[in-house]
Amino acid sequence: MSIGSDDIEKLAVLARLSFEGDELGDITDKLASIVAFVDQLGEADTASVTPMAHPLDQVQRLRADAPDADIDRARLQACSDATEDGLYLVPRVIE
Amino acid sequence: MSWDVVIGLEIHCQLATRSKIFSGAPTAYGAAPNTQANLIDLGFPGVLPVLNAEAVRLAVTFGLAIGADIAPRSVFARKNYFYPDLPKGYQISQYELPIVSGGTVEITGDDGTLRRINVTRAHLEEDAGKSLHENFTDQSGIDLNRAGTPLIEIVSEPEIRSAREAADYMRRVHELVRYLGISDGNMQEGSFRCDANVSLRKSPDAPLGTRTEIKNLNSFRFIERAIEHEIERQADILEAGGSIVQETRLYDADADETRSMRSKEAANDYRYFPDPDLLPVVIDDAFVDGVRDAMPELPDARRKRFIADYGLRAEDADVLVGQRPMAEYFEAVAATAEPKLAANWVLGEFTAALNRDGTAVADAPVDSSGLASLLARITDKTISGTAAKQVFEAMWAGEGDADSVIDAKGLRQITDLGAIEAMVDEVIAASPEQVQQFRDGKEKVIGYLVGQVMKASRGKADPAEVNRVLRDKLSGG
Amino acid sequence: MTAMHELTLTGMRDGLRDGSFTARELTTHLLARIEAAQSSLNAFITMTADAALAAADAADARIRDGSARPLEGLPIAHKDIFCTDGVRTTCGSRMLEDFVPPYDATAVALLADAGAIVLGKTNMDEFAMGSSNETSFFGDVHNPWREGLSPGGSSGGSAAAVSARLVGAATGTDTGGSIRQPAALCGITGLKPTYGRISRFGMIAFASSLDQAGTLTRTAEDAALLLGAMSGLDPRDSTSVDAPVDDYVAALDASLEGLRIGVVQEFMGEGLDADYAVAVRAALAEFEARGATLVDVSLGNIGLSVPTYYVVAPAECSSNLSRFDGIRFGHRADNPADLEDLYRRSRGEGFGAEVKRRIMTGTYVLSAGYYEAYYLQAQKVRRLISADFARAFEEVDLVVGPTTPTPAFGLGEKTDDPITMYLNDIYTIGANLAGLPAMSVPCGFVNGLPAGLQLVAPAFGEGRMLAAAHQYQQTTDWHQQAPEGWS
Repeated sequence: MSIGSDDIEKLAVLARLSFEGDELGDITDKLASIVAFVDQLGEADTASVTPMAHPLDQVQRLRADAPDADIDRARLQACSDATEDGLYLVPRVIE
Repeated sequence: MSWDVVIGLEIHCQLATRSKIFSGAPTAYGAAPNTQANLIDLGFPGVLPVLNAEAVRLAVTFGLAIGADIAPRSVFARKNYFYPDLPKGYQISQYELPIVSGGTVEITGDDGTLRRINVTRAHLEEDAGKSLHENFTDQSGIDLNRAGTPLIEIVSEPEIRSAREAADYMRRVHELVRYLGISDGNMQEGSFRCDANVSLRKSPDAPLGTRTEIKNLNSFRFIERAIEHEIERQADILEAGGSIVQETRLYDADADETRSMRSKEAANDYRYFPDPDLLPVVIDDAFVDGVRDAMPELPDARRKRFIADYGLRAEDADVLVGQRPMAEYFEAVAATAEPKLAANWVLGEFTAALNRDGTAVADAPVDSSGLASLLARITDKTISGTAAKQVFEAMWAGEGDADSVIDAKGLRQITDLGAIEAMVDEVIAASPEQVQQFRDGKEKVIGYLVGQVMKASRGKADPAEVNRVLRDKLSGG
Repeated sequence: MTAMHELTLTGMRDGLRDGSFTARELTTHLLARIEAAQSSLNAFITMTADAALAAADAADARIRDGSARPLEGLPIAHKDIFCTDGVRTTCGSRMLEDFVPPYDATAVALLADAGAIVLGKTNMDEFAMGSSNETSFFGDVHNPWREGLSPGGSSGGSAAAVSARLVGAATGTDTGGSIRQPAALCGITGLKPTYGRISRFGMIAFASSLDQAGTLTRTAEDAALLLGAMSGLDPRDSTSVDAPVDDYVAALDASLEGLRIGVVQEFMGEGLDADYAVAVRAALAEFEARGATLVDVSLGNIGLSVPTYYVVAPAECSSNLSRFDGIRFGHRADNPADLEDLYRRSRGEGFGAEVKRRIMTGTYVLSAGYYEAYYLQAQKVRRLISADFARAFEEVDLVVGPTTPTPAFGLGEKTDDPITMYLNDIYTIGANLAGLPAMSVPCGFVNGLPAGLQLVAPAFGEGRMLAAAHQYQQTTDWHQQAPEGWS
């Protein structure tokens, strides 16, 4: 299957990525060659095979329902470039 | 023309855990912004989710309560999309293998009969945060306190036939989750909210029509009105020869209409896949048995028992069972008191006092044994029903137990026949006009005369006795 | 006397304990070497000299008063993928150029608790996506064996730092070979433990079902020393495993006698550099001479490991990296026009080309209409590959082969074609897909450049594998060779 610029734009929107200048041609070519490369997976006969999502056959451990100690908001928000009154700021969200 | 209405509901119900589903941050409502969101809720680099055991237990409780299958193995998946209130860029949810499948919720159908609505599934997932717009001009503020709060999403089959049935279904589920302590069910705080999928078709045999989804219905009244409006809107379009666009719509309570949410229409592709940070949740029979053993009697069973064992009216049983503490309070009172009298008092004076003071059953100043002892004094005719109301108020105000209030206020019922006859004579003498009216056949006047005697006795006479003596004397001439 | 930097980690420990030198002397000496090497190797992104010296003084005090911990005073470096409380953690990306985490990764905390001293954070491929260390926002790392050659990746900075004797050991992460491949290319010992052996908490995720922390050391003995300190159940990582942590150092003495070694036939044929093959066969002969039995084994589906990996890893990374949205941490675009612009430019500017390629690939293979053909099919092939290993381990204790098809390649040599670069990991990826412990040990030279022998063990078979590597290192000296100019 070939990948065109429409596909790239659709994927870029889903992944919220921007590509500037030469990047667009480069990603189009390279994604096409990567997809062609992974296409060989189709050769494997996997008719009766269960997909493997985890390397080890383990089950989920459960955590006791106990709240942790206090949260230091100032320290956590020191990592952000845009906060006000304890809120994270983003350009206006339209609902 | 008349349309066959098809409705399916998705209820998002916050689980009453102390900490979040995948982190140890507290879940209390109303804290200052972002003070209940820790590294994990904020999706910091390198942090990982660990599942809260209580969230699993509550989901299983719900499943058992609706007679559903509990998956021996369920899997968390990532639902990928970008939104500012979704810190990781994906929501951890369950997709292919939910923890609860099947089960039914009983509702009262439009024809008054019992209908069983099938539940497709109920799955565990994390809630998102909130975007706030009020205090900013061209920006939004993001509060992630709610992010990571455990939810179960309860998905019904499209078997609901009207807006009223939808509201009834929502009520039943709400009652159930509150009753079982699965959720506080607080709709104002968003703990319990509903999306409705609505479509119309010409007849029940016709294929399903195109549906629309109405988002975020957070009251019983809104769900009913929103669906009514949506049915009308779709019917208008179809009858005008148009076709329905599959879309998400928002109910605007102020305008009382639904409108399209175009922002949600952008082609979304959620790219679900199993969350590699979480392993399959395995629930064995012992776990399920443990949850089952710890479950209280379910509302439906209790309602039926109240009607059968206590002879309550269906409406009264409904109200009592609606809140588990109320049902338990009633049962405690009815253990010693006459059940119908107990139901009248719990639903009457007691509920009125709770509502007036905004008090919870558990904090009520008159506990179940206090009320039971008061009702015992009515039954043994120590006091009249009228006096009992005074006693109740005094008990509520903390003036003591039933007997001491009765004594302190001198409310002990007058059982001395001579004293009652004397008061009756006085009233007859003082009310010649009414006496004449009664003798002329105006039966209703007896109520006035009884009232006068009761007043003279300051509520302490037995009204039945007063009535009897009055009638004796008036007919005897 | 041997210079301090020439000592292995174990040698440094002995030197500190017997008072040959102090932790301050050792730390000062290595900090100076790191600084001097920076312009030629570019192995570090951040140095933590002040904290290291303070920790060294504390270590000296403990050694004096007899309360030394297992790794007391030992100088290490962390790959800059491990979050370090109060110390910038970049993951080799512009996205995290100024990110100072308010928390430690569990592996970081465990090593600190054991007394290790961190000299700095090492360079790496951006978000660990690369096999040459050329995708780092902070510039290429050079291979100490020859300037202009790649050290491998993604733990290229850690490998170069250990190879050039700048630190006693370094941490790394291995998603498809990111510890073993640079270890092979830099002539050192690289260990990727069983998936779940070391907590992933605080380790910035690339592909969650494949990522595993590990060590880059001079010897297997040093790897055993560190592994013991880093391993164990972490309540903060659902995928960390509650299996007993063996005394890996004590297990090193196990003899090679009777060890059954499976030689992976698919790894010894076409694609492997001829001289590299000679080095690997010589290593196999050494094992045989020491009493091990060599058995040919076949991993029938291993040929599909690279395409499997390049579906699974990008799929997981496309989701894992969605959290970098310019809002709570990381690069935020200036003056965004609207929310979409904030997202797309923050991420477009913050991520480099290879990271964007993998996010795009992952988005593609998970999207509607392709999920089953790519993602689900890859998960199934993953099961087949895992089953191949399981079958092999019914007959042998370890499977071995070359770590890479060629020795170190030139910087810039493979950057034009992602597939050529991806094929560098052809021998290493299988162990990640199956979650198995694997390591690379130096086994000779090809045109003056190191070659690596890869050993793979059954899950939680680190003890046996480390012992085999250690025994091999008792009678060979490949691991003791230092690159010219760095001895």
